[in-house]
Amino acid sequence: MRYERPQTIEDATALLANADAKSFLLAGGTDLLVRMQNDDFEADLIVDIKSIAGMGNITETGGGFVIGAGVPCAALSENPALFVAWPGVVEAANLIGSTQIQGRCTMVGNLCNASPAADSVPALVAANARVRVAGPSGQREIAVLDVPTGPGKTSLKKGEIIEAILLPKRDGRAGDAYQRFIPRTEMDIAVVGVGVNLSLDDAGMVQSARVALGAVGPKVILSDKAAEAIIGTKLEESVLDALAAVCSDTSSPIDDKRGTVAFRKQVAGVLARRAAQTAYTRAGEK
Amino acid sequence: MSFDATYQNKSFNSVGTRPLRPDGVDKVTGRARYGADFNMPGQLVARVLRSPHAHARIKNIDTSRAEAVKGVKAIVTAADLPDLTDGDAGLFAILDNCMAREKAMYDGHAVAAVAAIDQKAAKAALNLIDVDYEVLPHVVDVDAATLPDAPVLNEKIFTQGVEPTPTMPSNVANRAEFGHGDVDAGFEQADLIVERSYKTEQTHQGYIEPHACVANCNPDGTAELWVCTQGHFVYRQNCADLLGLEASKLRVTSSEIGGGFGGKTHVWAEPVALALSRKANRPVKLVMSREEVFRASGPTSATSIDVKIGAKKDGTITAAEATLRYTSGPYAGMWAELGAMTSFACYDLESVKTVGLEVVVNRPKVAAYRAPSAPMAAFAVESAIDELAHKIGMDAVDFRIKNAASEGTKSSYGPVYGPIGIGPTLEAAKTHPHMSAPLGENQGRGMACGFWFNFGGQTCTDLNISADGTVTIAVGTVDVGGSRASLSLIAAEELGISYDDIKAVIADTSTLGYNDMTDGSRGTFSTSMATISAARNAIEVMRQRAALMWDIPLEDVYWEEGHAHAAGTKHGNRAPLSVKDIAAEAGNTGGPIAGHSELVADGAGVSFATHICDIEVDPETGSSRVVRYTVIQDAGKAVHPSYVEGQYQGGAAQGIGWALNEEYIYGEDGRLQNPGFLDYRIPVCSDLPMIDTQILEIPNPNHPYGVRGVGETSIVPPLAAIANAVSNAVGVRMAHIPLSPPRILAALNEANG
Repeated sequence: MRYERPQTIEDATALLANADAKSFLLAGGTDLLVRMQNDDFEADLIVDIKSIAGMGNITETGGGFVIGAGVPCAALSENPALFVAWPGVVEAANLIGSTQIQGRCTMVGNLCNASPAADSVPALVAANARVRVAGPSGQREIAVLDVPTGPGKTSLKKGEIIEAILLPKRDGRAGDAYQRFIPRTEMDIAVVGVGVNLSLDDAGMVQSARVALGAVGPKVILSDKAAEAIIGTKLEESVLDALAAVCSDTSSPIDDKRGTVAFRKQVAGVLARRAAQTAYTRAGEK
Repeated sequence: MSFDATYQNKSFNSVGTRPLRPDGVDKVTGRARYGADFNMPGQLVARVLRSPHAHARIKNIDTSRAEAVKGVKAIVTAADLPDLTDGDAGLFAILDNCMAREKAMYDGHAVAAVAAIDQKAAKAALNLIDVDYEVLPHVVDVDAATLPDAPVLNEKIFTQGVEPTPTMPSNVANRAEFGHGDVDAGFEQADLIVERSYKTEQTHQGYIEPHACVANCNPDGTAELWVCTQGHFVYRQNCADLLGLEASKLRVTSSEIGGGFGGKTHVWAEPVALALSRKANRPVKLVMSREEVFRASGPTSATSIDVKIGAKKDGTITAAEATLRYTSGPYAGMWAELGAMTSFACYDLESVKTVGLEVVVNRPKVAAYRAPSAPMAAFAVESAIDELAHKIGMDAVDFRIKNAASEGTKSSYGPVYGPIGIGPTLEAAKTHPHMSAPLGENQGRGMACGFWFNFGGQTCTDLNISADGTVTIAVGTVDVGGSRASLSLIAAEELGISYDDIKAVIADTSTLGYNDMTDGSRGTFSTSMATISAARNAIEVMRQRAALMWDIPLEDVYWEEGHAHAAGTKHGNRAPLSVKDIAAEAGNTGGPIAGHSELVADGAGVSFATHICDIEVDPETGSSRVVRYTVIQDAGKAVHPSYVEGQYQGGAAQGIGWALNEEYIYGEDGRLQNPGFLDYRIPVCSDLPMIDTQILEIPNPNHPYGVRGVGETSIVPPLAAIANAVSNAVGVRMAHIPLSPPRILAALNEANG
């Protein structure tokens, strides 16, 4: 097994583009190092991207925030501007693992690991986040929603690396929130996760909304119907009931060791309601 | 000299204080040596090949490709562990569990093992061992295994304990019955009856340290084993029996232990490591992975229990009955029998009958887990007791007090009790501030009682006094929960010296006589008895030496407060001689000073506890949180109160995990789905509140200081206490452990239509 620590993104993409099938990218390593303990794990090449300039930076630009692929999740809550603009994204990323894991794990890693239960992904999708992809044929930008394609699978091509997550600029009365269900209080994997992002008009009416569901399908689900259920409302009780019903219906989970179909569908509705209320309160406070 | 173990009421200087534990610094600085921290020159790495099938006949094992891997030094299969068990079914089960012979009986059952120069070679070889399996139908569920159409695991199992013995084999290996009186007549006298069925899922002890050992067999027939165990003398005997070694030529040293809870009282890897070492003629290190620990080592039983209890309107129980089915893994066990014995042990009953059925299934061989079998029985019985109290309209504590066993009660499993603590723990619960604290929204309170036998057994201890007057005690019971501190306090008390002048060590099997394991809550109970005896023997020697030093008759020397005194005034008011004074002259008065003791510690005295807990349930998700928890338990005499409290809290924490989230989850294929701590959910720190403790001290009449074992009883009530609290919080009787959020939410949905 070869370990490489390239200094430029071009070198990194070239290494991956020319490598055999068993090559892996290392940022925080909180998924990869665990997989390496498995008997059936084999690797020819590990490319550590943490030395590449900019990977560890959070930059506020005119268009929003650029979060480098090497930024550990713990650093997100330490950036006051980011935390004020996107509290839901930050709280989702800060639910991953434990305090120790938080010091290493990254949102891009969470995204590329492509687990249907990834905590930061529904929040990022609700936030309409995009990613900047570097590859052998240059850069491109795609929506976070389009990165995972199924459990453990992404749309990235051979040699491509996600350099950064791009969060839109935040104006006016807008708020986001993420809720997840785990049987314990921490150190666990989401059984259901829901991200809600919304903005209000001057009258306090929901003007725009995005609702994303995690762990209830092979990949994150963006529910237009859920958004429609709350747009043009003040989240009255009947609206929240409708939102919950849509989210339960939209969920298509499986029975597994972490939860049943019935439980996941029901709890998806409960969490959507709670996340929407939190996002609404946050928006109203601006 | 025979040892008088009778309780004597006295005041203490050292016992009952809370000094730091002697093993503390090593543990917090990472210097303590656990099972995997030992290495030998030239040692090989061992790996075990395990069955991916829940039930399969092993038609052939071809190791030739694996043997050709560079660096592989030995491969063993069942053929390398010939059957030397001579008709001993229990020993044969251990042998077959260590290495599958004709059939793999569960997912994870060992079928072969490799010793190689490094991990890479061992792993490569594992992949090249060709096992030809004939997959057989399997059964993992306790109830399904008893059905007529269930696949029979072992054609030689005909239910024992049934007259006449059945002519057809079945998965029920044994039936055991306990009780007295006439239950049918008792139920006729009852005004109200509760009858319900309960289930509990299989859990693991969840010790943080996986099994690990280093084995070294020499060509001259001697061997050594460094191992993480709760009982190195028992491991020595098991390994010697299975490998045909002479016990005294196998020297077993116990490492520090990162948790055992009963799970390290059984051999799994050790005979395999010894067999590999014997074949390779090199030392072999075998460390199990967490996945292997879950798939192949120690779980507790899954159970299915029917309970029926009847009472009069005034709260008098007229009859009680239970049928308890416990899985034992693929081999016959005695787990249901223990459940049947303990189930009604808290109560004074006119008529009681319990039946225990041992059920074999395609799951790992069941091992002891802290008060083995009692928590599940208590869950079922204490749930029914609670429900009956509600039906009668009586307070749950008062109902139990009215029916509690006391001194002179004939227990449900036979013996008549001496002085016991069930009544006092209940009275303490009744007046505890927790009982009257207000509950918040969506919260419920539950309480439950628990019983455990406790054990004494064989113990051997050495006490050596150095020339500087400091003392070493060498004991043979592995220190799992702070016993070195407790035993040092005991020795300090007897000798009248400082705790800091005593060093307690765990001796290996070649330097001390046989000791039973640290199980049955016996470590401090039995070894403290032997330590007291050894100290008194050493005091006798010191009296003799003082007599020599003073040149006065022995009968004129008496021992008091850590000093030899010359009696009366006839020896001219001599200054007393301290341990240090006498030790300094030992070389001139007859040589080193030591005390030795070997005894069978009888009269461990049964143990009782009452727990109270408050639970908050989220009615929308079924999520629950323990918000307050109180343990009240009789310790006889708490030698080191901090470690007694630690035992109370540890048992409660494990019980809470078991009650709420821990369970073995099997797929349709009979394979374990969650062999890791991510999906086998033991509680993390933030899942638990501070667990409050109250130590009661009702002296054990059969121990000089009144000590009772405290290690196990604390895990008995939590399942029931939590189930009662959740049931009270949600208004639905919860009868299936663990009370995971999907189960609670499903029950709430059903209740709400």
